[in-house]
Amino acid sequence: MFQIRIHGRGGQGVVTAAELLAQAGFSEKKHAQAFPSFGSERTGAPVVAFCRISENSIRAREPISHPDALIVQDATLLRQIDVFAGLVPNGYVLINSKSTREELGISDGVISNSRTLIVPATEIAMEHLGKPVPNAVLLGAFSAFTEMISIESVVNSINEKFKPKVAQSNAKAAQEAFDYVKKMVAANA
Amino acid sequence: MLKQVEGSRAVAEVVAACRPEVICAYPISPQTHIVEGLSQLVKNGDLLGCEFINVESEFSAMSVAIGASATGARTYTATASQGLLYMVEAVYNASGLGLPIVMTIANRAIGGPINIWNDHSDSMSQRDSGWIQLYAESNQEAVDLHVQAFRIAEEMSLPVMVCMDGFILTHAFEEIDIPTQDEVGAYLPTFRPRQVLDPGDPVSIGAMVGPEAFMEVKYMAHARMIESADHIARAAIDFKEAFGRDSGGLVRSYKIERAQTVVIALGSILGTLKDLIDQMQDEGISIGVVGITSFRPFPVNELRDALKNCKRVIVLEKAFQTGIGGIVTEDVDRSLRGLGVERSTLIAGLGGRPISTQSLRSYLVKAIDSGVEELTFLDLEIDTVESELARERNSR
Repeated sequence: MFQIRIHGRGGQGVVTAAELLAQAGFSEKKHAQAFPSFGSERTGAPVVAFCRISENSIRAREPISHPDALIVQDATLLRQIDVFAGLVPNGYVLINSKSTREELGISDGVISNSRTLIVPATEIAMEHLGKPVPNAVLLGAFSAFTEMISIESVVNSINEKFKPKVAQSNAKAAQEAFDYVKKMVAANA
Repeated sequence: MLKQVEGSRAVAEVVAACRPEVICAYPISPQTHIVEGLSQLVKNGDLLGCEFINVESEFSAMSVAIGASATGARTYTATASQGLLYMVEAVYNASGLGLPIVMTIANRAIGGPINIWNDHSDSMSQRDSGWIQLYAESNQEAVDLHVQAFRIAEEMSLPVMVCMDGFILTHAFEEIDIPTQDEVGAYLPTFRPRQVLDPGDPVSIGAMVGPEAFMEVKYMAHARMIESADHIARAAIDFKEAFGRDSGGLVRSYKIERAQTVVIALGSILGTLKDLIDQMQDEGISIGVVGITSFRPFPVNELRDALKNCKRVIVLEKAFQTGIGGIVTEDVDRSLRGLGVERSTLIAGLGGRPISTQSLRSYLVKAIDSGVEELTFLDLEIDTVESELARERNSR
């Protein structure tokens, strides 16, 4: 079972991101479950959503306390809450920011260097959607980074979830993030 | 059809597949997505022959449901928490009049303090209302129980609550096989009401009953509730035949053969518990689970049969009686009478407090190794409450 925890703020599509991931898993004939942290959701307030993807059917329903991967949709949360809490050793961390790891103040002891990726998802979203909604962009990056789900499945879920016009721009943005990460990984290899 | 879908949406779709003729509900979290989904289906014309009636409160929702059901219409509503409390007067009338209304309870805590999150306080408060109460372990079971609920309700002329954990199930997005209308049609017979209000053939329903007959009426309700157990069991057997899935029934055991310790629970916590029991059994710990699907009628004999060989029973409850302890516990004790089985109660998950595998495991290990008190509140911040209670005592 692969467990993903997504941190963000109300309005960034955190819950939608978890559902898109689960949908992508489902389309690959895996079992998947997405659920929000059930807070009183307000724009700007910290929001958490969870996604489990598994080869077997999923029975557990507790919030994910030991994620295999973290997606942080808003880097300002790093100063506010311990987003890394419970991350498994060598777990994946994907952060939306145009800053560097050093600028974000992430010390080497906290999380694995090779499994941390910082992507300017808001900038990519602005370019394609004209709105600072980074969720679909980060899923494109997540696909390239973890290879847990294919970019085709991510794009398919985007097309299923959104109306055609919104879907198209989100799919393009996700694809660009996917290519961006693939290039970055290749450059570092 | 297998879909990746939100629990609430799946319930809306399966209720639609049951072809209700009247839906009347008032929105309240975490039930809102269900009735929103249904109102959309009615508006889109996907649910022909069904009237969706908007009302100003839950009290009216149940009152309209009573009126609709009394005319012989298949009737559905949904609510939660304070919404259920607000409709209570009418809730008792629905069962007293023998009206087969199906109502989803998206289980949520009761205030105050106000809290929108999940526990079982709302439906447990209606334990004695004369409604059948079925609890869903998963969204798949929630969907399946709705199909069975209409059948059981209409066979027994009794209303049924289908209880599903608010947020944990209603807002979870997962794979669910939603029966189609044709599949439901083959399982759920056309509704033939016991009696109907019809201006062409007038009868009175709900006339005053005096001391000379009230006891007899109530005794019949008691007998009918007990008889409904067989229908609930039958509905699950036939469901499995038609759909190939184990859903519903009275109780469901998991790995209890030769288990010394058995945990009893209701609702979605059973999934997490089963994963934990697998781990503990792998470590050589003798433990199993029994899920209670039908809380009313309470399956005293089935439970007794499942527990007769174990040494220790732990009842996990998401609600309790202030000043006493567990609610389900009392019924479990009745089932255990004379068996010499130890019983303790764990109150957990109140007001949406997450029930973690880690905390459950610590409690269970302690219960097995050194014993636990009769009543425990999981993850209670004991120091905080003790100091607050001391401060209160000193200021009295």
